[in-house]
Amino acid sequence: MRYLPKSPVERREMLAAIGAKSIDELFASIPEKYRLRGALKIPGPYSEAEVIQYFKERAAENAAGYTRFLGAGVYNHLRSVVTDTIIQRGEFLTSYTPYQAEISQGTLQAIFEFQTLMCQLTGQDVANASMYDGSTATTEAVLMAERLTGRQRVLIARSVHPEYREVLKTYARNSGLRIEEIPFSTSGTVDTKALQGALKDDVAAVVAQSPNFFGAIESYAPLAEAAHAEGALFVVAIAEGVSLGLLRPPVEADIVAMEAQSFGLPPSYGGPFAGVIAAREKCVRQMPGRLAGQTTDSEGHRGFVLTLATREQHIRREKATSNICTNQALCALAATVHLTLLGKEGLREMAEQNLSKAQFALAELLKIPGVRRAFDAPFFNEFTVELPRSVKIVNSHLLREKIVGPLALGTAYPELTKKALVCVTEMTPRAEIERFAGAVKSALEQPV
Amino acid sequence: MRWNSRFRRIEEVVANELRPLARQMRNMNEKIKKASRHVSQKEGLIFEKSSPGKRAFELPPLDVPVADASKVLGAHHRGDGVEGFPEVSEIEVIRHFTRLSTWNHAIDLGMYPLGSCTMKYNPRVNEFVARLEGIATEHPYQPTDLSQGCLKIQWLLEKCLLEITGMDAITLQPAAGAQGELTGLLLIRAYLQKQGNPRKKVLIPDSAHGTNPATAVIAGYEVENIKSGANGQIDVAGLRRLMNEDVAALMITNPSTLGIYEQHLPEIAQILHAKGALVYMDGANMNALAGITRPGDVGVDVMHLNLHKTFSTPHGGGGPGAGPVAMKKILEPFRPVPILVEKENGRLALEPVRRESIGRVKAFSSNFGVLVRALAYILAYGPGVRQATEDAVLNANYIRKHLEGVYELPYSLPSMHEVVFSDAIQKKDGVNTMDIAKRLIDYGFHPYTTAFPLIVPGALMIEPTESESREECDLFIDAMKSIAEEAATQPELVKTAPHTTRVGRLDEVSAARKPVLRWKPAAPRSTAAD
Repeated sequence: MRYLPKSPVERREMLAAIGAKSIDELFASIPEKYRLRGALKIPGPYSEAEVIQYFKERAAENAAGYTRFLGAGVYNHLRSVVTDTIIQRGEFLTSYTPYQAEISQGTLQAIFEFQTLMCQLTGQDVANASMYDGSTATTEAVLMAERLTGRQRVLIARSVHPEYREVLKTYARNSGLRIEEIPFSTSGTVDTKALQGALKDDVAAVVAQSPNFFGAIESYAPLAEAAHAEGALFVVAIAEGVSLGLLRPPVEADIVAMEAQSFGLPPSYGGPFAGVIAAREKCVRQMPGRLAGQTTDSEGHRGFVLTLATREQHIRREKATSNICTNQALCALAATVHLTLLGKEGLREMAEQNLSKAQFALAELLKIPGVRRAFDAPFFNEFTVELPRSVKIVNSHLLREKIVGPLALGTAYPELTKKALVCVTEMTPRAEIERFAGAVKSALEQPV
Repeated sequence: MRWNSRFRRIEEVVANELRPLARQMRNMNEKIKKASRHVSQKEGLIFEKSSPGKRAFELPPLDVPVADASKVLGAHHRGDGVEGFPEVSEIEVIRHFTRLSTWNHAIDLGMYPLGSCTMKYNPRVNEFVARLEGIATEHPYQPTDLSQGCLKIQWLLEKCLLEITGMDAITLQPAAGAQGELTGLLLIRAYLQKQGNPRKKVLIPDSAHGTNPATAVIAGYEVENIKSGANGQIDVAGLRRLMNEDVAALMITNPSTLGIYEQHLPEIAQILHAKGALVYMDGANMNALAGITRPGDVGVDVMHLNLHKTFSTPHGGGGPGAGPVAMKKILEPFRPVPILVEKENGRLALEPVRRESIGRVKAFSSNFGVLVRALAYILAYGPGVRQATEDAVLNANYIRKHLEGVYELPYSLPSMHEVVFSDAIQKKDGVNTMDIAKRLIDYGFHPYTTAFPLIVPGALMIEPTESESREECDLFIDAMKSIAEEAATQPELVKTAPHTTRVGRLDEVSAARKPVLRWKPAAPRSTAAD
C-alpha cells in the first residue's frame, strides 16, 4: 500500500525486536471472539488514478454547467489561486493546533493576523480563531451572552438564517435558555415595535442578522439602544462577509458572529467554512474558542502563543466556556490570505461589484409583468422578489435552461409563498443575469 | 552505544557552533532587517508592510452600470473601505505566508508523535479531488436531483463507516469530534426522554479528553468522574457500585487515553444497559481498531469518529475536521436533520423533517469537503485499512519496547496505537515532561502530547501512527534515549530547550495577564516628542 512506509521484512524484524511472534499477538488484549475474521466489506483498494476517476464521475452527477442564483448563507465569490497555493503548503496543511509555540510560529502569527482582520472588518476589539461556521458562532455568541448577563431569555429575529436559528434551538433545548422569535416588518427588517414589546430586564441577548436572510440591511442603532436599555447584549450575525467592504461595521454590537465562507472558501456543498466571534474587550474571558496573543521570548523577540486557555475544555473540563476543540483553522488561514490579497481596495471593489450586479438584476426582474420587490429595505447582493406564481414551478422551468433559480422562501417561511430570494455576485455575468430574467419571464408566460 | 555517540557529536556541534551562531544571526538581524532563511528569518506582520495604493488582486471590469453606493445604501454606507486593511502586492503575500510556513513543524517534515491526535500522512490526492469542479463548486441548496454526486459520496462514506464501526445508522453532520460528542449525548437524551426521563448524570473516567465533560454540560447533564482502576482501566466493581437510574450514559474512550484496550467493555455495557443507561464511545482512538474489531459488536450504543484523525483528513493547524456519529438502531429516529435517504427509484434525497429528530447541529449538510477527503482515503485502502491499524500498533509497541526502562511506564498492560510514559525517572534530576518535549524539537521531532492523560503525573503520550518508517521510529528512539541521558548529565541543557528554533520559550504568563490579541497601528508621534 503506497501510504505505508514498511516492507514485509521490516515488519517481521520489528515484531522480532518487540518479541512478538505475529502481529495478532499485539492485539491479544482484544478478546478473540470480538476480533473480525473476514475482510471489511468496503470498496478498494484503489490506485490514485481510480480514486480521481471515482470522484470525477460523482462530480459529473452534480450541477456543473448550471448558472446558480442561490446565496442564502453560501456565496460564490472570486478566489485567487494564491490562496489555495498557500494553504496547500504542507507546513500549514499538515500541522496540528499550535500548542507547541516554538515550532508553530507560522500558524500562530497567521492566526494573530486573522484576529486583526476580523476586528477591522467588524469594528470590534477582539476576535477568536474560529468556530465551526456562522450557525455555531451565532449559537456560541448567545451562550456567551447568557454567561455575561446571567439571564436566560433570548430574542432572535425571524429574519436570521433559519438554519442558524435551528442550531441555536438544538443547543438551547437542554440549557434552560428560552428562545423567542421577533417578527419582521413590511420592509423586511426587524419589527422594532415587536422587539420593544418583548424586551424586559430578563433578556440576555437580542440577535439580528445583517444583511438578513431576505437580503435586507438592518439599522443597528435602534436595535442596540433597545437591547441596552434593558441591560441585554446586542448580538449581530453576518452571513455575507463581503458586505462589510461597503457597509458600516456593527460597532453598536456587543458580540458579532460571522461566517467567513465568502473570504476565499468554495461553497463545497455546505462546508467546511469558518465561523468567527468578535466582541468587546470586556467580554474576552467569556469567549469560546482559541485565541493567539503576542508575547516575547527570553531574548525579547516578538512571538505568539495560544492564550487565555483557562477558558478552554482541555484545561477547565466541565467548567469551560465551550466544548470546542478542533476548529476550522485552515479555513481561517484561507480567509486571512484571501483578505490580505484583496486588501482595502480589492474588498471595497468586490463589494461594489456585488451591489451593482444586484441592482442590475433587480431592475431586470422588475421589467417582467407581475414581478415586484417584496421588501423595501436597502440590500447588498441578495434581495427578495414576489412572483405572480409558485417559485417552485418557475424554478422547474429554469432548470431546463440550465439555470438553478432563486431560493423559494415559502419552505422556511410559510407566510412568504411566491417569494424568492435572488443572489448575484461579481461571478454572475451580465449576460447570465439577462438570460435568467428572460427565462423567468417566459416561465411566467407558460400556461398554468 | 551507537545512539549515544551519534547524538553526542550532534550535541557538540549544536552547543559549540550552531547555538552561538544562531544567536549571532538573530542579533545580526536586529541590525540588517533583511529576511534570510528559516529559523533566523525576520518577518513582520503583514500590516507592517502595507502602503496605500499597493495591491495584490484585481477584479475583471464590471459589466453592468456602477451603482452609487452612497445613494443605494444611505446611512449604512462605509465609504472609505476597511480601516487598517493591508495594502500589499502579490509577491509580498506569497513571501509573507511562505516565510511564516517555514516556522511550523508538519507531518510532511517529519514524525509528529502527538498522542491522541493521530498525526498520520495526509494523502495529496484527497486535496485534489476535494477541489474538483463539480465537488468544491456545489451549493447546498441546489436541487437534490442536481446533487446526486455529492449525496452518493455521503451515502458511500456512511456505508463504509458503518461497516468499520459495526453500527446500524449514522449522521455525517457534526463538524468535529466535540460536536459529535454533543450530538451523541443529545441522541441519548432524546431516547431516554421518550421513555419518560432524560436522567441526570453522565459518567466520565478521569482519563477522558476534556471535551467529554465540557460536552456533557452543554447536553444538560451533571458530570460524575469515575476513577480509573489500578491497571488504568475502568474499575468494573466501582462502576457497578456507582450505577443507578440517575445515570444516562457512560462516556468511554477505547482504547483509553493510556492506549490500553478496555477488555471489559461488554461487561461494562451490560452494567449500563441493566439500569437502562447507554454507552457512548469516544472514537478518537479508532486508529487502533479499524479493521480489527468493531465497537458495535462489544456493546457500544453510540460513538463519534474523528475523520481528521483515523481517516487522514489534514489537521490544518487545528481544523477543519468532521465528527460523524454512528449509532445503534434504537437511536436512529433521533438523528439530526436533514437525513440522507434512498428513494424507491434509487435516487438519493435529503429529508428535512423528522418528528423525533434532535434538530440540526450545524448549518447545511456537513463539513462536506472533509467527508470527500475521508472517503478518498478509505477507497485507497479498501479492506486494507486493517494493515494501517496493524502498522500503527506495531510502531507504538516498537517504541515502547525500546524506551521502557529509559522512561517509566506507569501502566504495564499491552499498548495499542499509543504508549504513555511518565517523567518519574527524569524528575529526580529536575527535568519534567515539558522539558523533554521541548528538547525533542532540537532533535527534529514535534513533541509528543505532554501532561495528558491527567491520571499519569508528568505524562509523555506518544502516538507514532502507521505513517512512520522503521528508520524514523529508530531516530525517534535514539533521540529520546539521548535526551534521557542529557537529563541525567546536563539537565540545564534540557530545561532551557529548545535551542535551535526561531524563538525560545515564550512568556505565556504575560501573554495571558495583559492580552495583546490584535495588531494596532503605532500611535502617531507627537511633534512635541520630536
